Order: sequence, then C-alpha cells, then structure tokens
Amino acid sequence: MGTIWVHAEASDGKVASITLELLAKARELGDAEAVYAGADADAIAAELGEHGATKVHATGDLDGGLVGPALAGALAAAIAGGAAPSAILFGTTQDGRDTAGRLSVKLDAPVITNVVDLTDDGGLVGTEPVFGGTTNVKTKFTADTPGIFLVRPKSFTAESAGGGVAAVEALSVPDLGATGAAKVQSRFVEESDGPKLDEAAVVVSGGRGLGEADKFEMVEALAKQLGGAAGASRAIVDAGWVPYSMQVGQTGKVVKPDVYIAAGISGATQHMVGMKGSKTIIAINKDPEAPIFSIADLGIVGDVHKVMPALLEALANR
Amino acid sequence: MKVVVCVKQIPDPADPGEIDPSTKTLKRDVKLILDESDSYGVEMALQLVDGDGEVVLVSMAPNNEVLAMGADSAILVSDEALAGSDALGTAKVLAAAIKRAEPDLVLAATESSDGYTGTVPEQVAELLGMPSVTFAKEVAVADGTVAVKRQTEAGYDDVTCPLPCLVSVTAGVVEPRYPSFKGIMAAKSKPVDEVGIADLGIDAGAVGWAGGGQEIVAIEPAPAREAGEIVEDEGDAYERIVSFLEELKVI
Ligand SMILES: Cc1cc2nc3c(=O)[nH]c(=O)nc-3n(C[C@H](O)[C@H](O)[C@H](O)COP(=O)(O)OP(=O)(O)OC[C@H]3O[C@@H](n4cnc5c(N)ncnc54)[C@H](O)[C@@H]3O)c2cc1C
Ligand SMILES: Nc1ncnc2c1ncn2[C@@H]1O[C@H](COP(=O)(O)O)[C@@H](O)[C@H]1O
Repeated sequence: MGTIWVHAEASDGKVASITLELLAKARELGDAEAVYAGADADAIAAELGEHGATKVHATGDLDGGLVGPALAGALAAAIAGGAAPSAILFGTTQDGRDTAGRLSVKLDAPVITNVVDLTDDGGLVGTEPVFGGTTNVKTKFTADTPGIFLVRPKSFTAESAGGGVAAVEALSVPDLGATGAAKVQSRFVEESDGPKLDEAAVVVSGGRGLGEADKFEMVEALAKQLGGAAGASRAIVDAGWVPYSMQVGQTGKVVKPDVYIAAGISGATQHMVGMKGSKTIIAINKDPEAPIFSIADLGIVGDVHKVMPALLEALANR
Repeated sequence: MKVVVCVKQIPDPADPGEIDPSTKTLKRDVKLILDESDSYGVEMALQLVDGDGEVVLVSMAPNNEVLAMGADSAILVSDEALAGSDALGTAKVLAAAIKRAEPDLVLAATESSDGYTGTVPEQVAELLGMPSVTFAKEVAVADGTVAVKRQTEAGYDDVTCPLPCLVSVTAGVVEPRYPSFKGIMAAKSKPVDEVGIADLGIDAGAVGWAGGGQEIVAIEPAPAREAGEIVEDEGDAYERIVSFLEELKVI
C-alpha cells in the first residue's frame, strides 16, 4: 500500500487519541508517517513512534496561524515536490476537516468523508454509514492523486506498536498569501474534573427530557457516582444548558464506553452515531416509542425526575 | 458590508428518500426544504448587517422562504450538469457564484444535515483564495476584521481575521427569526440572479457525475444493534438499573 500519511494532532505534548487510532490502521495498511502542524514535534515524536510512525513531517510554529491553510499548503508543496503518499488520513476534527478541505482543492481531488473503516482492495476503500447508520456505503478514489480520507473518531483501536522515536523532518510551509490571515489570539479550555468524555468507561448523558438546565445536576451526580463522565445531546448544548465540549454525536464527540446511560434523550440518528458503539446502553425515557430504546440493552420507560433521584439515592446508600 | 450566505435545500429529514441503485446517489425527487443548519447563518448575516449593508443568498434551489426572512437578493445556480456533484464540485460552483457578489464576508454552516461532509465551506474559501474561520459559535465584525469564538475539542479559541473572509457557523449560535407576513410578500419582488454553470465559467466535466473522482463500490446493510430488555417504571425501576450495573461490575 506504500506510505500513508496520518494527520497528527496533540495538545500539551500529548498525542490525541484519534491520531493514535489512525496510526494503528495506517501501519496495518502500509508504512505509517505522521504529518504535524505545530512547534513541539520533538515532544510527541516518541509517542508517535511507539504507535508506528517512522517519521513525523512537521511544520514548526505557526505563529498563531490556523492549521488548515498552513498544513494543506505544506502537504501540497511536498507532493508537488515528489512526495507520493498513497493516502492521507485525517480525523473528523476541526483542524482535520479544514486541512482536508483545503488540500482537496489544491490537489483537485475529492475527500471521502465520515469514514468508519478502511480496507485495501487494490486501492483503499472507505466505509461510510448513511441513513443513520442503517446502511454502509463503500467508496474508493478513481484518480491517481493521494486519497484523502476523513475518519470518524473511535473507528479503530489505538495500540502501541513498540516502535522507536519517529524521525522529525521539516515540512516547509509556502507563502499562504491571504489564506493565512486568520490568527488565534487566545485559547480557552473548559475545565472539567473526572475522566475525559471520550475516554471514560462510563458515560451518563442528559437530553431535553430533563426539562430544565438545573436538572443536569442529576446527570453529573450519577456520572460522578459511577466514576464516569457526563455528556449531552445537542438539544441542550444548543439551548445553552451545557458547553459544546459535552456534546455526544455526529457533530460532537464519539464515545465508546463500557456503559452509556441516556437520560431524557430521544435517540436521533445524529446522537446515536456518537454512542452506539458503546458496549452496553441503558436508556431512561418516558416515551415507549423513543428510538433510543431500539438500541438499548436496558430500557426504562419512566420519568427521569423519578427514576434518577431514586437511583442516586440507592447508589449513595450502598 | 456585503454578506453572502450559502443556503442549501435538502430532502425533508422526515422523509429522507433512498439511494437510487442505478446512479448510486440519493434520489432527488423528494420534497426539498431549507437545511436548518443554514438558518443560523442567515440570521447571523441579518444581525451583522443590521440594515446597513446587504445580505445575498447563494443557493442551488429556489429559496423564497429565506428571502422572506430578510435577505436582499439571491444568486440561484441551476444546471442539469450539477446532478450528482460531490462536495468539491459543489464548492467550485458556489465559489464561482459567490465571486459574482464580491462579498466582504461569506457565511456557511459547519455541515449540512444531509451531506454532512463538513468540507464544502473550507473548499469554497480555498477556491476563493480567502482566509476562513470554521466552527464559529460567536461572530462580531468591526473595522474590517471579524472576531470569532471558534469551537475546539476542549473549549474555544478567540480568532481574528481581516475581511474578506469565510466563516462557518455552528448550530444554535443565534435564534433564527420566522418570516413575517410583510417579509413573505416582499420576497416575491426581490432580485434573483439565475445563472447556469456556463455563466460561471465552469466546464460541465468538472462537476456532476463527470467530475466525481470517486466511485461507490458497494452499498450494504449495516449490522444492526438489537433492542434488549424493556422495563416500565412502577416506582422501582431504579432497582433494575442497580442490579444491571452490578451484573456489569460497574458497581
Ligand atoms: C447536522 C446535524 C447534526 C447533529 N448533530 C448532533 C449531535 O452531534 N448530537 C446530538 O445529540 N444531536 C445532534 N443533532 C440533533 C438531533 O437531530 C436531535 O435534535 C437531538 O439529538 C435531540 O436531543 P434530545 O434527544 O435531547 O431532545 P428530544 O429529541 O427533544 O428528546 C427529548 C426526549 O426526552 C423524553 N422526555 C421528555 N420528558 C421526559 C421525562 N420527564 N422523563 C423521561 N424522558 C422524558 C422525550 O420522550 C424525548 O424522547 C444534529 C442534527 C443535525 C441536523
Ligand atoms: N448545494 C449547496 N448549496 C448551498 N450551500 C451549500 C451546498 N452544499 C453545501 N453548502 C454549504 O456548506 C455547508 C456545509 O456543507 P457540507 O460540506 O455538505 O456538510 C452547508 O451547510 C452550506 O452552508
């Protein structure tokens, strides 16, 4: 399969889970190399190497510039200069989408998006769920430009390959002209305690059925009781009850915990694509027809305002 | 200030249609409605302009309901050659249409409800040689610069960008208004610039089925997840959750 480039993302010197997931797949399909837009490539070279990247092509500091135009410009220049990866894998993240979109224009090649699986069938074939995950479409590229894939988080399992430190190589960013004009002035991180939503073994999510913002406390209390993280449907994120960083679903986080508890969530397809990979699903909803029950291992038809307080009390008394 | 908003018409999500096995794309003979995702961009544009400037819609299907919300005019691209366009082909058409309007600011949604590739806005920006800020949850314009709170995995970044610039907005950023009766009446006489791809200088081979560059090799039913045990709460259903969590060794 030749060389496969994986877009590496990291914060505070720690490689993002999605990157490690992509590396696990890339090294199974071919020779995995990372591409990275940021200053601290040396700090992440060991972790990338351990997960199977032999090299990390890094741009260096972007001076506040956004990743998309810089990395797309650098990758297109490298390809024009003779680099010939057979595929470039991006995670479905903000920067992954930006870079893939810009690169697609530069290479005049399409992007295959929403990929949940990749197979080698005389060329890479991507699997994308449609119609709320009831149908899978398999797509491949017909042109001989490097295939650009946007892969959904949690599609593959991150696994150490026991490799040595990846060799850091410079990836030069060409003059971006006007496209590089957007600058990050400051970053704001929403504080949360307990395990991270996309890494927690237990996730308890609340939806519009909670009725009002204050009732989200029940969700947080249950998550805490079970040593898990609290999540939310988009309905209550849009309503301003909880921050976006808690959103589970197509446009939020993909979670695959051992146990997912949905309280007052209907189970719209866009929510379900973000959580139906969970090992076990428990749903509490007063509507017996709620779609969430079609995928729940245990479905409680009842009022969250009765079931949740009773459950919290029973757990507290154990 | 002149703001262009990309608005997509999509099959009614309540009746999403099906894949046509011969062409392997979505059958398009279903009822089209305004993608809710784009209603936020339209509202944002109306608020930013606030009567002092112009809001122009760019669309590939008639959009009277959006004109009725208050936009000033529309550019409508319609051409048979567009059928089957993928995200890049769509972006090429939108970019060429947007260029006609010479906007200061271009707004789109971060992703459409039916296509959800989430790549079209960034492709449009690149085609226009414009900077962009995607995933905006707050947008303000002052002194030729747009200031955006850009959603990130962990929180948000404060990003600034000189105009002209493209911004993609997330859902829920503003509360889209309902068209008033006056708006609905006024919409009927608003200018709609109808163009084909030849008017935009686009070759039919670059869009539609011909321009794809990708091929669907299989369509298969996905493995389904089975429903499990259902318990009607009679006041003691919490006990079943506790015992279930015990079985799972979570507690
Ligand atoms: C492009 C796009 C992307 C999207 N991305 C996402 C995403 O990432 N994540 C996401 O979650 N959604 C997403 N959505 C939105 C999604 O379609 C739904 O609108 C949303 O998930 C609904 O949230 P909800 O289940 O909380 O609310 P509702 O659908 O309103 O459901 C509330 C539920 O609570 C139940 N209920 C009410 N009162 C009680 C009570 N007292 N006790 C128990 N149950 C009660 C009701 O029976 C109902 O089933 C997206 C939509 C689009 C178009
Ligand atoms: N056919 C279209 N007509 C107008 N705008 C579009 C079209 N396709 C995509 N867009 C814009 O780009 C956004 C993202 O679309 P997508 O990349 O398909 O998820 C949409 O929400 C629209 O704002």
